[in-house]
Amino acid sequence: MSAPRPYTLIAELTYRCPLRCPYCSNPTNLADHDGELGTEEWKRVLGEAEALGVVQVHFTGGEPLARKDLEQLVARARELDLYSNLVTSGVPLTKERLVTLANAGLDHVQVSIQSARPERADAIAGYAAHPQKIQVMRWVTDLGLPLTMNVVLHRANLDEIDELVALAEDVGASRLELANTQYVAWALSNRNALLPTRGQLDMAAEAASKHKARLQGKIDVLFVKPDYFGTTPKACMDGWARRFIHMVPDGRVLPCHAATSITTLRFDSVKDRPLADIWTSSDALLAYRGEAWMPEPCKSCDRRSIDFGGCRCQAFALTGDASATDPACERAPQHALVEAARKSADGPNDRRYLYRGR
Amino acid sequence: MTPKLAKKARLRFDRHSGRHMVIYPERGLALNDSAAAIAMRCDGTRTVSEIVEEIALEAGVPAAERSSLEQDVVEFVALLAQKGLLEP
Ligand SMILES: C[S@@+](CC[C@H](N)C(=O)[O-])C[C@H]1O[C@@H](n2cnc3c(N)ncnc32)[C@H](O)[C@@H]1O
Ligand code: SF4
Ligand code: SF4
Repeated sequence: MSAPRPYTLIAELTYRCPLRCPYCSNPTNLADHDGELGTEEWKRVLGEAEALGVVQVHFTGGEPLARKDLEQLVARARELDLYSNLVTSGVPLTKERLVTLANAGLDHVQVSIQSARPERADAIAGYAAHPQKIQVMRWVTDLGLPLTMNVVLHRANLDEIDELVALAEDVGASRLELANTQYVAWALSNRNALLPTRGQLDMAAEAASKHKARLQGKIDVLFVKPDYFGTTPKACMDGWARRFIHMVPDGRVLPCHAATSITTLRFDSVKDRPLADIWTSSDALLAYRGEAWMPEPCKSCDRRSIDFGGCRCQAFALTGDASATDPACERAPQHALVEAARKSADGPNDRRYLYRGR
Repeated sequence: MTPKLAKKARLRFDRHSGRHMVIYPERGLALNDSAAAIAMRCDGTRTVSEIVEEIALEAGVPAAERSSLEQDVVEFVALLAQKGLLEP
């Protein structure tokens, strides 16, 4: 099988971050990761990604602003005519630096907030950052840059849809991403404290769909449903190593942000091999690319080209077998694992957070 | 109305496919030549009928086919709007 064309590079520049979100999708074993790629290495990789077909790069992390060379990487992306998006918590940032980034050719900024209510937001982030985030969003739109406001949703903020939408309108966002928590990495460790009830979720979904209709053509309101409450899994990354190249700070090439959690796979690094070589022939990327690896019931299911059998990281985390059908699917042999978690959200339990470590 | 591509959308040539694409944060939209000719003119200075006029002139569309061209333009502009790719 020839390798598909990748369109998007997700570049996690660093895992450093001042915040401590309990749902953070960064790995839980942060200390075990190698040193970060340097400026020149990233510049080379951006060129290699463009040559493979990539048209868009998301600079993310950790907190990408923690890298002093971000401006240079944005400029390099612009030189390659790549659409660049900064995915950030907004901490630490000055207006001057944002202007520099805009002048370097940044196309879009996505700022995540934790809640529309300041005290709640800071309690979730484990850091007093909320006022700064609001300020950053205003700077972004004042400079005429398009803004996405992102909120990760869970049981402590699902009741805020109206407030969140009002805030997005107020700061001038052109997109609002209301993204229910994906239960990987820190979020899986905190699942008890984060998982909402079905009732909470339904109310939020209804509120979001009203605003979506009202703001049609003005603000793109996106409500990402949690796969734990559906009947079929999400089409994770549009398929393993198909459209997205995901790179972690130490230069390893993944199909998604969470894949290093699959400890049975070894991911190749751009420190050792050219990106094109890794994309077309790395064992880890070939492992679940396409459909040949699929077990039943996926193998003969007519949804397999739609959802690709779901998320490999979730399959591994919940069943210990990365090639299992995603337990979020109601047809999965191990769907009971997800059902049990969902039920536990209704009962009383310990809702304290385990904050993301450093 | 003078349609204008949204701030978040960037129209650019894709050297790999030889086509134009509209790129925006969550996706890209590959355009065929006629769609590209329309998108290129969504810059906030032309009305839909001016866009039709220009393309017709440039491509030498005979008068008899104007109305189908016009329909294409109207439909494509509506598609862009529906995808949130035009300024409100
Ligand atoms: C890991 S963060 C890195 C960038 C930056 N530190 C931030 O938080 O915006 C990338 C994006 O993923 C979102 N995110 C983090 N953990 C998530 C989870 N478990 N489920 C869904 N989205 C998550 C964040 O809100 C952010 O928009
Ligand atoms: S999700 Fe929170 S803790 Fe994780 S990188 Fe982003 S701001 Fe930092
Ligand atoms: S059986 Fe497999 S392919 Fe079918 S819906 Fe479930 S996860 Fe998707």
